[in-house]
This record gives sequence, structure tokens and C-alpha cells, in this order.
Amino acid sequence: MSLRIRLKNKLLSEGKLLRRDLFLYLLVFPGLLYFLVFKYIPMWGVLIAFQNYSPYLGFLHSEWVGLEHFQRLFSNAEFYRIFRNTMAINLLSLIFFFPLPIILSLMMNELRLQWFKKTIQSIVYLPHFLSWVVIVGMSFLMLSQSEGVINQLLVAFGFEKIDFLTNPDYFWLLLTLQSIWKEVGWGTVLFLAAIASVDTQQYEAAKLDGAGRLRQMWHVTLPAIRNVIIILLILRIGHIMDVGFEQVYLMMNGAVSEVAEVFDTYVYRVGILQAQFSYSTAVGLFKSVIGVALVVFANWLAKKFGEDGVY
Amino acid sequence: MRESSVSTIKESRLDRLFGALNVTVLLFVGAICLFPFYYVFVISFTTPEEYRQGGLLLFPETWTLVSYKYLLSTSTFLRASGVSAFLAIVGTLCSLLITSSLSYGLSRKRMRGRKQLMFLILLTTLFNPGIIPGYLVVKELGMIDSLWSLIIPVMTSGWYVLLMKGFFDSIPVGLEEAARIDGCNDMSVWFRIILPLSLPSLAAFGLFYAVSYWNTFFNAVLFINDTAKWPLQILLQNMLIDSSTSMGGAAASDTSMGSIPSETKKMAAVIISTIPILLVYPFLQKHFAKGAMVGSVKE
Repeated sequence: MSLRIRLKNKLLSEGKLLRRDLFLYLLVFPGLLYFLVFKYIPMWGVLIAFQNYSPYLGFLHSEWVGLEHFQRLFSNAEFYRIFRNTMAINLLSLIFFFPLPIILSLMMNELRLQWFKKTIQSIVYLPHFLSWVVIVGMSFLMLSQSEGVINQLLVAFGFEKIDFLTNPDYFWLLLTLQSIWKEVGWGTVLFLAAIASVDTQQYEAAKLDGAGRLRQMWHVTLPAIRNVIIILLILRIGHIMDVGFEQVYLMMNGAVSEVAEVFDTYVYRVGILQAQFSYSTAVGLFKSVIGVALVVFANWLAKKFGEDGVY
Repeated sequence: MRESSVSTIKESRLDRLFGALNVTVLLFVGAICLFPFYYVFVISFTTPEEYRQGGLLLFPETWTLVSYKYLLSTSTFLRASGVSAFLAIVGTLCSLLITSSLSYGLSRKRMRGRKQLMFLILLTTLFNPGIIPGYLVVKELGMIDSLWSLIIPVMTSGWYVLLMKGFFDSIPVGLEEAARIDGCNDMSVWFRIILPLSLPSLAAFGLFYAVSYWNTFFNAVLFINDTAKWPLQILLQNMLIDSSTSMGGAAASDTSMGSIPSETKKMAAVIISTIPILLVYPFLQKHFAKGAMVGSVKE
């Protein structure tokens, strides 16, 4: 067969295959277009961090300035404050929040009455579905200095009223508690599913060996969900620079801004409200790069210790 | 689950103590999760006068509908609810359509280039370019102040595509081949075999999408300046959170609910805005563990 005929045949079959699978390509087209426009164009758009982007000149004609915006960021005292706030809020969440869903799912797994277990599950999952606006609104109702329940209780027990909402000392703690209330139940979904897949024979074997319920938990259940714990920890570490924008934005007020400003609210304030697109993109890019680096590092570390990673 | 012949071995005292302690702590956890709901509920039915008198209002003397009547007669509140309902219904349909068609296509082995495309989608879950580039894309597309800006840019996500592809992977190819032998073409396989089979999965994802559209807040802060197009959550922010102390942005200038509403009206608004979620919750609960699980642990 000459090269020409082979090529012709190949093109013919390519065309045939294309026509055969035309419907599949039509199906995936809108989705791929979505990822191209709303995920890949913005990825390319981060390059404006190295420009003096002006909406009038557009991406193609704006002036390139190299690392100028990054230099401005790192020489800015605000940067260190934002960095501190972000890390503090996330470390608090890592220490206090992260273990709680694990403990809670171990405890829920020990419930023998199925209806009771189901009821508790329905109740603890519920807050996850509320919006941050509602949760912050509820917090204001509960914590307000004049009428809040918490302060009423404090007074009833003979303590002083505490001004939770405008006191910088309580801000990080308050955010952590809110996140715990909203997400702790939801966090058990994956762990409970992982626990449910444990072979019941293992428990029976442990029982025959004389293990009580706590020992079964320690030696059977926990090792069985170790993998899920590590995966979630890796993902969590990857988000160490993210603090939920909505929560902080809604909780922030003049009295606490010193401890409340985090990367996302800063990008919003400088980028959207003050329209400094290039500089705020540089801030966002710095944040994202650290995030990716941390995920890759945590993943590598997990694999080094013989665990399955995420990627 | 672990009841079996072995459980006839008598539990030790330590085990029974642990069991009792466990139940107590979990009851306490449940109470903490429920109490704010109860308290908000009670306040919303209290008369503003009784609330102002203070005290622990765990059970008010007079129950009144006055706050609800006020809200439901306010055009701003009704309009914002309508906007959120539109987002939840239209947005969910769009999201399901685009997510399911893309992930189905990617799950079919005869589709060439699927591995590369999957990799590109996985990549979007790893690197997030930040708020500004995404904002500029929406702006350049002329979607500012259009309700579509709250739907189209968040229609799907890499995670949901990966999860749903995991679901479609579990549908055997033989099923489709059989349908094709019976004379179905690709399109009728999709509509008559695949979609009906995926209804439980679509329900799970649909409910997740519906809740997230109903709770739309941040994107509305970014993209919607026109108060007539405010979704419910922005209106709630205006009502609940004193705009003079919050960070500003879209909400600060225009309260349009008249004077700052009383605490009882605020809580009535919270209850009304939560009712749709409580209504879908039983269905949601039936499906979400499955929906959240499909492939998520392995991938």
C-alpha cells in the first residue's frame, strides 16, 4: 500500500469514527467549553499579575512589569498581618476542627439503636446546608451583648457580659466555633461510609480475643479509616491559605479588622472595590501557588510513609 | 451491625459505662446542633414588645404571626425569594445537564482523548487562579448584573464531574450494546437507558446544586449591583447584619426594607429562607451519602 492510500484510509476511518461518536462529542462539548472559559482562561489570566493591567488596553496591550506587584506585596506590612490571620485561623481549625468529625463518627458508630443513630445523623448534618448569612445572623442573635442567650446565661451564673462580636480577642475562636457547628456533622459522612465498609468478621475476631468496645475501636475501626483520614488531611493542608470568604466577610467589622483580614477578603477589597486588578491577582496567585505546593508536598509525604495519596 | 452469635458474650462493665457515656455526649451534641434552630424559631413568633423586654425567651407568652405577615407583604422580600427560586430551579437544571452529559461522555471508553481531558479537568481542582481573573472573564462576557452570572460561572466543577463519571463508569457497556442491537441510536440510548438509570444519582447531585444556588451569596456580592436582582441571601445580609459595621460592598448603601427591622422580623426571615432547605432535606438525606461517596474516596 502506498503512503497516500494509507493516509487516505486513515483519514476516512477518522472521519467515520468521528461520525460514529458524533453524539458523544456533542454531549461533552458544552461541558468542555465551560472548563475552557471559566477555568482555563482564568488560569491564563493570572498572567496579569505580571502586568499593569488596564481594562481599556486589555490583556494583550497592557504593559508588562515583571515581579513589581509581588515586591509591593512582600514589602507591605499588611501582607504579614494577613498572612498571620490566615495561618492562625487555619491552624486553629486544623487543631480543633479536624479531629472532631473522626471522633464523632467513631462515637456514632458505637450506637446500637439504629433509629437513634439515624436521628442523631439527621440532626448533626443539618447545619451544613445553611448559608453563612443565616449562620452569622443566628450567631448575632445568640451572642449579642444586650439580649444574646449566651450573655443572659453568663449573667445568670454571675459573670460579666462579654462583647463577643466586636472583641478582637474572641474573633478567631468565634470563627472556629462557627465552622465546627456548621461542618462537624457533615464531616462524618465520609468516615461513617468508610467505617461501614469494614469487614464485620474483624470485630468478631477481636471480640473473641477479648477486646472490649474501646479496644475494637482502636485496633479495628481506626486503622480501617486511616486512609480516609490521610486523604482528607492532605486536602485540608492544601487549603491552609483559604479561609471561607463569606464567613469572614460577614463577621468582619471595624473593631476586629486587624485580626479579621485574610487573603480572600483582601483580594476582594483591593481587587474588586479598588479595581487594582494586577496587584490583587498577584496576591491571589501567591496564595494559590502556596496551596498547590502544600498539596503536592503533603501527598509526597503520605506516599513516602506508605499511604495512598490523593493524586 | 455487629450483632451476631459472638455478642452473646456478656459486655463488660467498662463497655456498658462507655455506651452510656457515648449516648449522653451524643445527645448533648445533638442538642447543641438543634438549639439555635429552636431559638430562632421561637423568636420569630414572639411579639417585638416581648422580645424587647428581654429575658430568656425559651417559650414566649404570646405567639404571633406579625413578623411573618410583615415579611410576606414586603415586595422586596418576595422579589428576592423569587430570584433565589429562579436560581435554584434553572441553575440546578443547567448544572445537571452539563455535568451529566460531560461526565457520561468521559466515562465511555470509545471516546478518544478522554484520558487527556480527564487530566485537564483534574488539574482545575488543584490550581485555583483566584477571584480576580474569574471576575474579569465574567465582566468581559458582559454578564455583570445578569442573573446568569450567578449560574453559568458555577455550573459545574471538576469534583462533581469526577464523582459523576465514577457513577457512569459503573453502568456496564453491555447494557448499551444490547439497546443498540434493539435499534437504539446513541441519542435514544442516552435518553431512554442512561438518564432513567441515573435518576437516583441525578437526584443527589440536583439537591446539592439546588441548596448551593439557594445559598448563593458571594457571587451575588461580586456580580449583582442592581437591587431588583438581589437574591435572598444578600437581602438577608442587609437585614441581619448591621450594614454600618460590615465591610461594605453591595449591601451598605441601600437597605430598601425601610428602617432596620426588629429582631423578631429578622428571625422570621431566617426561618422563611430556611424552609425550602428543610423541605428538601428528607430527600437529600436519603441520597447524599451515596452522592458524596461515589468514587470520592478512591479518586
